[in-house]
Amino acid sequence: MTTAWTVRAITRASLPVLLLLTLVEIGSGLVLGRFESILLRYPSLLVLVPVTIGTAGNLGSVLAARLSTAFHLGTLSFAPDDETLAGNAIATVALAASIFPLVGLGAWGLSALTGSTALSPWTVLAVSLTSGLSLAVLAVVVTVAATYAAYRFELDPDDVVIPVVTNTCDVLGVVLLYLSVLLFVPV
Amino acid sequence: MTVREVAVEAYREALPALGASLVGGLLAGLVLGGMRADLRAVEGLLVLVPALLATRGNVYGSLGARLATGLHQGLIEPHVRTGDRRLRAAAAAALANGIVASLFAATAAFTILSTLGAPVASLGRLLGIATVAGLLSGITLVAVVVTVVFAGYRRGYNPDTLVGPLVTTTGDVFGVLFLLIAVRFVAFVLGGV
Repeated sequence: MTTAWTVRAITRASLPVLLLLTLVEIGSGLVLGRFESILLRYPSLLVLVPVTIGTAGNLGSVLAARLSTAFHLGTLSFAPDDETLAGNAIATVALAASIFPLVGLGAWGLSALTGSTALSPWTVLAVSLTSGLSLAVLAVVVTVAATYAAYRFELDPDDVVIPVVTNTCDVLGVVLLYLSVLLFVPV
Repeated sequence: MTVREVAVEAYREALPALGASLVGGLLAGLVLGGMRADLRAVEGLLVLVPALLATRGNVYGSLGARLATGLHQGLIEPHVRTGDRRLRAAAAAALANGIVASLFAATAAFTILSTLGAPVASLGRLLGIATVAGLLSGITLVAVVVTVVFAGYRRGYNPDTLVGPLVTTTGDVFGVLFLLIAVRFVAFVLGGV
C-alpha cells in the first residue's frame, strides 16, 4: 500500500505514529530532567547527551534495516545459531565498542576546549563506554524482538521496526547514560 | 556466509553513517553545552530536547525516504521546480507534521511536569520556542534533504543510503542550533532570561 502524494494523505499516514513516538521521547526527556542538575554542573556530560541519543538510535536503525532486508529476502531464521542474526549482533557490539570511546573523549575534549572540565577524561570515557556497550546489547535484544513481532503479526518490518527501534534506542540511551553517570560521577 | 563474514560486512557498511552522526552529535552537544544558562532559565526545556531532536529525524528522515522511493518509481523528477505538485505536497506535509509534533511535545512536557509539581516555564513560552525552532529547522532540513537527495540521485548515488546519515547529522546540529535561537528570540519577545 503506498500513500498518495498529498498533504492530507501523508499526514493521515504518518502523524498518529509521530505523536506516539513524540510521547516516548518525552519519557526520555523526563529521565534527563531527573539528572538535570548533574548535567548542568558538568558540561562534558551535557555534551554527551545528543551524541549518545544519536548514536544509540543509529545503531538500532542500522541493525533493524539489515534484519528487515534479510527478512524480506527470506535469509533470516529466528534461531540463536542463525548466521545473519549472530553476525549482525556481533557487528552492533563491535560498532559500539569502536564509536563510544570517541564519543566520550570527543565530548570531554570539546568541553575542555570551550571552557572548564571538572571531570577527568577517564570518568567521561567510562560513562560513555559503559552506557554504549550496554546499549548495544539491549539494542540487539529490542531489534530482534521487534523484527520477530512484525513477522508474527505479518507487518512489514520496514514500516514498523525501524521507527520503533530507533526511538526505543533513543530512550534506552538516555536511561543507560543516567545509570552510568550514577555509577561513575560523584554526586 | 559465515558469522564472521556477516559481521565484517555489517560493520563496514554501518561505520561511515555512525561516524557522520558522531560528528553531528558532538557539534550539537557543543551548542547544548553552551546553553546551560538558557536551560536553567527555561525550566522544562531539557525535557523537550530529545523529543524535538527525534521529531527532526522522524519527520525529515521519512521525507527523504519518500523522495527516494518517488525517484526510484519515476513519480518525481530530480530537479527542483516550484510547480511540482507532488514535491510541494511532500515538503508541506513534512513541515506541518514537524511543527504539530513540536507543539504536541511542548504541551505534553508542560502538562506532565505541572502534574508532577515540577518547576516548568509557562506554556506560552514553551509553545513559542517549539514553533520558532520547528519552523526554522523544518525549512532548513527540507532544503537540505531535497537538495542532497536530488543531487546524489543525479550523480548516481542510491538516495536511500544518503538519507539516514544526512538527516541524523544535520538534524542534530540544526535542531539544537535553532533551539538556541528560538529560546533567545522568545526571551526577546516575551521578556525574561
